Amino acid sequence: MSQHRIRFALNDASVDMTVPAERLLLDLLREDLGKTGTKDGCSVGVCGLCTVQVDGAPMSACLLLATQVDGTQVRTVEGLVSPLQDAFIDEGGFQCGICTPGQLMAADALLRAKPDATGAEIKDWQMGNLCRCTGYYGIARAIAKAQEAQ
Amino acid sequence: MRPFDYLEPETLEDALALLADDPDDTVVMAGGTSLVILMKQDLVLPARVLGLRRIAQLRDIVASGEGLALGALATHGTLARSEPVRRHASALAATFAAVATVRIREQATLGGNLAHADPAQDPPVTLLALDGVVVAKTRFAERRIPLDAFFADFFETSLEPGELVLRVELPPFPAGARATYKKFLPATLDDYATVSVAAVIATDTTGACTHARIALGGAGPVPLRAQDAERSLVGRRLDDAAIREAAALAAAATDPIDDLRGSAEFKRAMAGVWTERALREVA
Repeated sequence: MSQHRIRFALNDASVDMTVPAERLLLDLLREDLGKTGTKDGCSVGVCGLCTVQVDGAPMSACLLLATQVDGTQVRTVEGLVSPLQDAFIDEGGFQCGICTPGQLMAADALLRAKPDATGAEIKDWQMGNLCRCTGYYGIARAIAKAQEAQ
Repeated sequence: MRPFDYLEPETLEDALALLADDPDDTVVMAGGTSLVILMKQDLVLPARVLGLRRIAQLRDIVASGEGLALGALATHGTLARSEPVRRHASALAATFAAVATVRIREQATLGGNLAHADPAQDPPVTLLALDGVVVAKTRFAERRIPLDAFFADFFETSLEPGELVLRVELPPFPAGARATYKKFLPATLDDYATVSVAAVIATDTTGACTHARIALGGAGPVPLRAQDAERSLVGRRLDDAAIREAAALAAAATDPIDDLRGSAEFKRAMAGVWTERALREVA
């Protein structure tokens, strides 16, 4: 019911708008701001399709109220520039593609937080991003390749 | 999601005053991971949501001679990486790292976890075994609630209307003790535990047990202490017979339910198995 003015940086561009208290970040991104790279999957924070970065940390946009990102830096797949994208293509890190934006945003957050992540750490970090096509091997190879390229 | 009014006070005093205005129709939100799902599913329909995110003092993690104080707004990720938490007990840092996925750990907070009171959560189990005490406050009074009196039932705590969790305090880690947290995850690694066990054990120079704490998650309506099992160990050498007897007593202390993670009978048996494994690790 209550309306809230929120200001945040989305992919380095400033956003200043008024939203109702119950607006989800996911809906704000997709419906109000046209950033449809962030997908809606399970809606309960399990599948990883809606992974975005808030102040660099991976989070589920389906579990965040838009008011919670006031004053933060939000990054979506539209704002991603990383060797990960080429590596996912080279290594066959996707098939149908619906999990790919979330996989990329989670992997990018990992490579920033832990540039020297081990294979086990990559697996642990990506555990919450489900893929029903690849069996994950291509994704793991792509992340390792992007890590070397850095 | 149904419409609601959202309040985001800048100070603890303002938060407590707003909560005191209308304690029955106000729901407190910390990270929001559980509350947002409950609101989406119409399981919680608050008239007002009180967001705590601007109250920075609730994020503090403070180590001192009196032990360790963990602020209610510290996220699981922060707690898992925290040097003071690791120094207090690496098993505690490992417990926070065992929760769900990296995304949940970056958003979900300690205080939110405790107030949500799902009996299969990880942190309450290890915090119980470390003799944790919840410090909670209303506009009028502050009180200390030992964790073994904090949880009342499935998704219910002993918090009073208008009361806010400020922090969890842990006394100094017992000298020479060893601690572990074991999480039984037969399905996927991001799941809640089928059962989980935390054990803290100290022995003297003769090998006799001087301090024993055994806590279980997913094993009843609340995270629970297996006090008969603890008592059976104190004063004894932790040989095979002592460990097996304590594990059987811990299994007997459980009161699990049938659900998608297994039958009550299976969970009770697994509580015994995982208590035994935990005790062998720290004996």
